Amino acid sequence: MERSLPVWVLAALALVLLMALPLGWLGYVSLGGEDGATLAHYRQVFTDGALRQALWNTVVLAFWVGLASLAIGAPMAWLAARTDLPGPRLIRGLILASFVTPPFLGAFAWVMLAGPNAGLLNKLYRSLTGAEGPLLNVFGMPGLIFVVTIYTFPYVFIMLANTLELIPSDVEEAAAMLGASRLRVALSVTLPMVLPAILSSFILAVLQALALFGSPAILALPAGFHTVTTQIWALFQYPPKVEMAAAFSVPLLLATALLLTLQKRLLGRRGYAAIGGKGGRRRRIPLGSWRLPALAACLGVLACSIFLPYAILAKAAFARAWAQPLTADNLTLANVAFTFQQGSTRSAILNTLELGVLTACVGAGLAALLAYVINRKLIPGHQALAFLTLAPVAIPGVVLAVALFVTYTRPPLLLYGSLAILFVAYLTKELPVGYAQSDATFKGVHPELEEAGRILGAGRLRVLGEITAPLARSGIIATWCFVFIGVIRELSASIILFTPNTKVISVVIFDLKEEGEFGAIAVLGLFMLLMTFAAVVVVQTLLGRDFVSGKE
Amino acid sequence: MRAARPAACSSVSLVLALSVALAAAPALAQDARVEAARKEGKVVWYTSLALSSAERVAKLFEAAYPGITVEVQRTGSERILQRVMQELQANLRLVDVIHTSDAGHFVLLKEKKHLLRYTPAGADALAPGFKDRDGYYYGLRATVNVIAYNTKIVTAAEAPRTWKDLLDPKWKGRLVTAHPGYSGVIATHVLALAQLHGWDYWKQLAQNRVMLVQSAVDPAGVVASGERPVAVDGGDYTFYQTKKKGNPVEIVYPKEGVPLVVSPTAIAAWAPHPNAAKLFTDFTFSRELQQVLADSEGLYTGHPEVRYPADKPRLSDLKLLQIDPEELQKRNEEIKKRFVEFFGA
Repeated sequence: MERSLPVWVLAALALVLLMALPLGWLGYVSLGGEDGATLAHYRQVFTDGALRQALWNTVVLAFWVGLASLAIGAPMAWLAARTDLPGPRLIRGLILASFVTPPFLGAFAWVMLAGPNAGLLNKLYRSLTGAEGPLLNVFGMPGLIFVVTIYTFPYVFIMLANTLELIPSDVEEAAAMLGASRLRVALSVTLPMVLPAILSSFILAVLQALALFGSPAILALPAGFHTVTTQIWALFQYPPKVEMAAAFSVPLLLATALLLTLQKRLLGRRGYAAIGGKGGRRRRIPLGSWRLPALAACLGVLACSIFLPYAILAKAAFARAWAQPLTADNLTLANVAFTFQQGSTRSAILNTLELGVLTACVGAGLAALLAYVINRKLIPGHQALAFLTLAPVAIPGVVLAVALFVTYTRPPLLLYGSLAILFVAYLTKELPVGYAQSDATFKGVHPELEEAGRILGAGRLRVLGEITAPLARSGIIATWCFVFIGVIRELSASIILFTPNTKVISVVIFDLKEEGEFGAIAVLGLFMLLMTFAAVVVVQTLLGRDFVSGKE
Repeated sequence: MRAARPAACSSVSLVLALSVALAAAPALAQDARVEAARKEGKVVWYTSLALSSAERVAKLFEAAYPGITVEVQRTGSERILQRVMQELQANLRLVDVIHTSDAGHFVLLKEKKHLLRYTPAGADALAPGFKDRDGYYYGLRATVNVIAYNTKIVTAAEAPRTWKDLLDPKWKGRLVTAHPGYSGVIATHVLALAQLHGWDYWKQLAQNRVMLVQSAVDPAGVVASGERPVAVDGGDYTFYQTKKKGNPVEIVYPKEGVPLVVSPTAIAAWAPHPNAAKLFTDFTFSRELQQVLADSEGLYTGHPEVRYPADKPRLSDLKLLQIDPEELQKRNEEIKKRFVEFFGA
């Protein structure tokens, strides 16, 4: 009998508690009626016109975001991974920046860029062409799809670029030697080999769009429509309809679970090609005269997700009136002063940092422990454990929040009102990300060294502490940073779980948005980006590579 | 005479001492109250007053009573009610002073026994519409809902003059409204106009594809930036402030009448800092602070001695549409439901 067994069992139990308890309550509450269990709430979800409309809006949004992300992300991944596109490091760096930019900040920036009348791009367009109407209208479904897409395509890019880098060039070269044109090679040789990854990245993008709260709240509500997430949030208004919110969460949960299963199946089928092998040389395809146009196209996309939004945020942060030209008398530090002098901002920054550090420490630790246990097959049922660890991926933030709300606003665990409930939410949400990163780390640490330690008489925990942990250190710190970045930008769960004394930065930004305080939002938004990029730099330095690039 | 002198002397000193004591009595009582409040250290204020205004009130209080901080929690009136009730349900007692622009909330909170009965110093002199007959809540400030437009985009001649002018299809895509699911000012406004012109007014207005924002403060910013040239509602004080800052904004007080919104304040029955809460409430009803609300914020108040800026119309010159708080409370859910039905979200 292994002496360390209780440690592993305890970790597994904690996990079950973290996951099973809230979901159980969610189901229970969704069935709760005045007298006994009822399906009335579910009936209402599918018969109430407004709720049905919200469901449909979400379907439309997610589908088009998936498709558009693919249309942008896939060619860019191919260009970056397989061709001699100039400045590949720059492109990857900027895509990484889009990846870590909180989508709600992007949405907010795009209100200033492409509001149909006051938006700066529209003003520019009107003054250049003399036209009356707007060029772009960010409020509405097309605008929402656009803004969500420019922050979702990096998911597609990362997945496909990594896959493309693993495909050896020989098959393509064989086709080329037989006389196929470059386009033909790409379409009939490369494409089929990456098809599973393409479908799977489409699903990934759809999942992101389904779970978003901030962007629809900023862009859909002004145009007079809801998505599922904003509708669930609205159901908490007084008089609250928590049972309805719970029942309305279930379709979203099921859709996500279904899509994830589908994705797993797709990735599991590696029959098409030699993906995963390390052998084979990869030769970059020369773009010839298309090099510069291709680069311009990539930079154009990144202008939408990075250059323009960051520029307008910076302008709004230091201008008296964001819609006016940045002349000397429009420049001010008043927004900065106003933002940081507020008591609620200061306490939100402290709360965010506290939660970020705490969740990152516990999350990285727990993820490392779990990855270790599962990788070394230390307890029976380690596969089930792996499943449970990854399961929160299937829970959108808003749904998780509803589940935690109904679980922890009643005895015996009254966590609502303290930072603890946010901590639990963040930990649950970030565990899959942390686990995936730790899993990769431990796969890279050979068990032979551990076995040597064990033969010399060290216990499992001592080996873990003195041999494995030092070897896995930089991987674990990277996990820490991933979790930290995820926590400080979190909005969709926080918006339901916060109380005034447990506000975090994202919630303060959302509050300010509802009041139209553009300057203060921009200041806080930039502050948040600063914290994010500090964490990114740490990861890059430790891992010695972009974390959006392949495993080279 | 000689014998009398000490007697007279002592009687004089007695009177003196007495008068000093009499004068000191309230001061002493005040000192004890301030001391008790200082021990509590802070007061938690859930307020729907615009953030910058609320922060200013807090700073003034902190300057007057060093050692007691005001924790400003600003959000929309309806969100404040949601928070208070949600926290109560989870047995959380966080708030001291509740201040929203939906008078119906205070009917509800009083009915459910969530309010402390407390008459702030000087509140007896407030105008009649600013006092609860049972003494649980008092109107801290008032505003009226108005139309406003961007003068760079809309000329005075073509600007809407009445609420019904807004129904003209020529305004399609050019209007902005705040939301009764967020703002008490707007919840009051929606009911007032439904009573004046029927729910059909709102249904028709929605046909003009009105942009929806949340706070009654926000339409002023939207109009100033030109994103939408005309606001169909919003507290006149926010437009007044925006205009004062040099933005091209003009206010219209429609002839049919302007909905009056009196925003009450009350202390929670379970307030964790009851002494600080009372001190703060007294402070907000002092003539000085009420004058600040009128001067720098452009608000109306119920205080009889407050003087208003010359460029604001007198309340008595306006045709006011009054809403009964009980009615507002009863129809709270209906107001939000209908609005969402017409406007989509």
